[in-house]
Amino acid sequence: MNSVWLAVIGMIVFAIGYRFYSKWVAEKIYRLDPNYVTPAHQYSDGVDFVPTKKMILWGHHFTSVAGAAPIVGPAIAVYWGWLPAFLWVTLGTVFAAGVHDFGTLVLSVRNKGQSVGTITNKLIGKRAKIMFLFIILILVLMVNAVFAWVIANLFVKFPASVLSVFLQIPLAIWIGYAVYKKKKGMLIPSLIALAVMYGAAILASRVPALQIDLVRYFGGADSTVMFGLSGVSMAFLVWIVVLMVYVYIASTLPVWKLLQPRDYINSHQLVVGLFILYAGLIFLQPKVTAPAMNAAATDVSWFPLLFITIACGAISGFHGLVSSGTSSKQLEKETDARFVGYLGAVGEGVLALIAIIAVVTVFATKADFTAAYSSFAAASAGGLGNFINGAAQLATGIWIPADIARTIVSIIVVSFAATTLDTSVRLMRYIIAEIGSEYNVQALTKTHVATTVAVVSSAALVLLPKGPNGFGSGGYLLWPLFGTSNQLLAGVSLLLISIWLKRQGRNYLVTFIPMVFVFFMTLWAMVQQVVFQWSGYGSGELNMLLFGIGGLILIFVFWIIIEAIAAFSRNNPPPLSKEM
Amino acid sequence: MKWRPGDRSLLSFLEREEFAMGFYEQLKRAIAVYDEILRQPHRTEIARELRDEEDLFMLLCFSEMLGLPNPAFYYTLELYPVIIERFHDWHLRAGMEKSPLEGIRCC
Repeated sequence: MNSVWLAVIGMIVFAIGYRFYSKWVAEKIYRLDPNYVTPAHQYSDGVDFVPTKKMILWGHHFTSVAGAAPIVGPAIAVYWGWLPAFLWVTLGTVFAAGVHDFGTLVLSVRNKGQSVGTITNKLIGKRAKIMFLFIILILVLMVNAVFAWVIANLFVKFPASVLSVFLQIPLAIWIGYAVYKKKKGMLIPSLIALAVMYGAAILASRVPALQIDLVRYFGGADSTVMFGLSGVSMAFLVWIVVLMVYVYIASTLPVWKLLQPRDYINSHQLVVGLFILYAGLIFLQPKVTAPAMNAAATDVSWFPLLFITIACGAISGFHGLVSSGTSSKQLEKETDARFVGYLGAVGEGVLALIAIIAVVTVFATKADFTAAYSSFAAASAGGLGNFINGAAQLATGIWIPADIARTIVSIIVVSFAATTLDTSVRLMRYIIAEIGSEYNVQALTKTHVATTVAVVSSAALVLLPKGPNGFGSGGYLLWPLFGTSNQLLAGVSLLLISIWLKRQGRNYLVTFIPMVFVFFMTLWAMVQQVVFQWSGYGSGELNMLLFGIGGLILIFVFWIIIEAIAAFSRNNPPPLSKEM
Repeated sequence: MKWRPGDRSLLSFLEREEFAMGFYEQLKRAIAVYDEILRQPHRTEIARELRDEEDLFMLLCFSEMLGLPNPAFYYTLELYPVIIERFHDWHLRAGMEKSPLEGIRCC
């Protein structure tokens, strides 16, 4: 089958979802009011609350939510064949992610632009807010570990990308300085930075001396370096330590110094990446070689594991934090929420779609696919590498040599992952500080104590799982846990929207059904993983780490479900203010 | 050259130019929108940074006037030995034998 069809059908589904479903939701369920005074106008302060045109806000929302996760998840999930992943990404975006992102935006706009956490406190109660804090804590911890692995893995696999990624740091600081102190525009400097990075990428792809290949420095994959660690294992260890030192510094700097200029360059990369992949797809028109359903995938069933393997790209709780954290404070008119929220989710769906297409077209034959995706563990470890190769193949459609494209695509993925890492370590620091002040542990509220706790726990988590390449290389095993915690967060947000709709006497099934679906799938998947895979029950091997964290998350799943039932069956809810 | 009805070559040339202008304008507008999208979060952070600086400045300069203890005093106390001699000279010049301010211990 020609893979362009996948893109065309996916786009049609997204278009119908936006044109009809979101319109119906906007008019009949969320009942957007063009005359409602949004927080951006009501609390206008020139800093956080600023009325912003919908196109600009959409772009900002999209670039904030699109990252490496909608690439990694689909690249693993095609293990079960392209059809389940394709259906979950397209239908999930339309019926789950769309209403979730859109709904959290509207909910926050109707609640003075407050964040989901504060609204949880208001709608359900203080206990639920604490629960919410812990879920985010688990989520960011997983994000830190998984993305540190993603970056280390790409550095080991594609050493040509290292130089450009490290060049981005001084370039970003330079741009931040130029804009802040000299009041210069950003477009030209950031384009120069991008040109320098890609120039270095082209050079490094062709000149081996510029490839910072730790495995080679350590004497190859088979060598033993020290403490009995192999070359690959040692490379992972060194990269993870370097990354952790980097995020410690990056996450304690003011945002404008490094994080935002990096984001600025990364937005160009997102546009460049999407353009290269979709244009390449149109010109190359590769055949889908992966099967629609992989009959050989028998070790773990796609149902329900698919729904936690692809989180971002189908539904992601992280989006609710962006919707209610920044976007809701800048919405000019309430009716813009549909464009910003729903279309923001669609944007990520488009990215996940091309990730699926890149992976299902990269193999020459079905046998190659089956060999690469021989087990779920192999899919988790190799999925991202397959995406990079697939994306490089698509790029040859617009006459970019495959080796250069591979370097550039891995730079793009690493840049996304690094920014996510930076943001989530920062977020983790805030949450640790908040938990510290909640339980009166003064030490935790100090920046450097909180950051140390965040960085050390993340480093420990990424180093603990044992991968086939030894110590440090098994971070991908945490991927399902990342998906689970992300889905749980989405479930809580959907619960809030449903409660809000119910108290208004409106039809809340639009968010209630996705919520039940998400809770059910995560519960089932976690029980399956924790009890049958990680506990040592039956043929499985006991994995203390995954069993422990999985068990903890499982407790949270039960807790949330109990809170949800309690919140829904409450007869006399606290009254809502009129304008809500 | 004056254009007459039916002059196809000139008309098509004009159309092409108009098309080119339109395209150029649209491209410029698209770049402006793109630039604004990327600048949006940065603008927020710069505004926040400037607001924080302003807050600090106001606090250091005017807090005493409003009856709020100035946190900077804790640090400026170190300057006491540097300024004390000049202060002593000043109150003698001004015709006061003893320090007029109770808070400052001089002679």
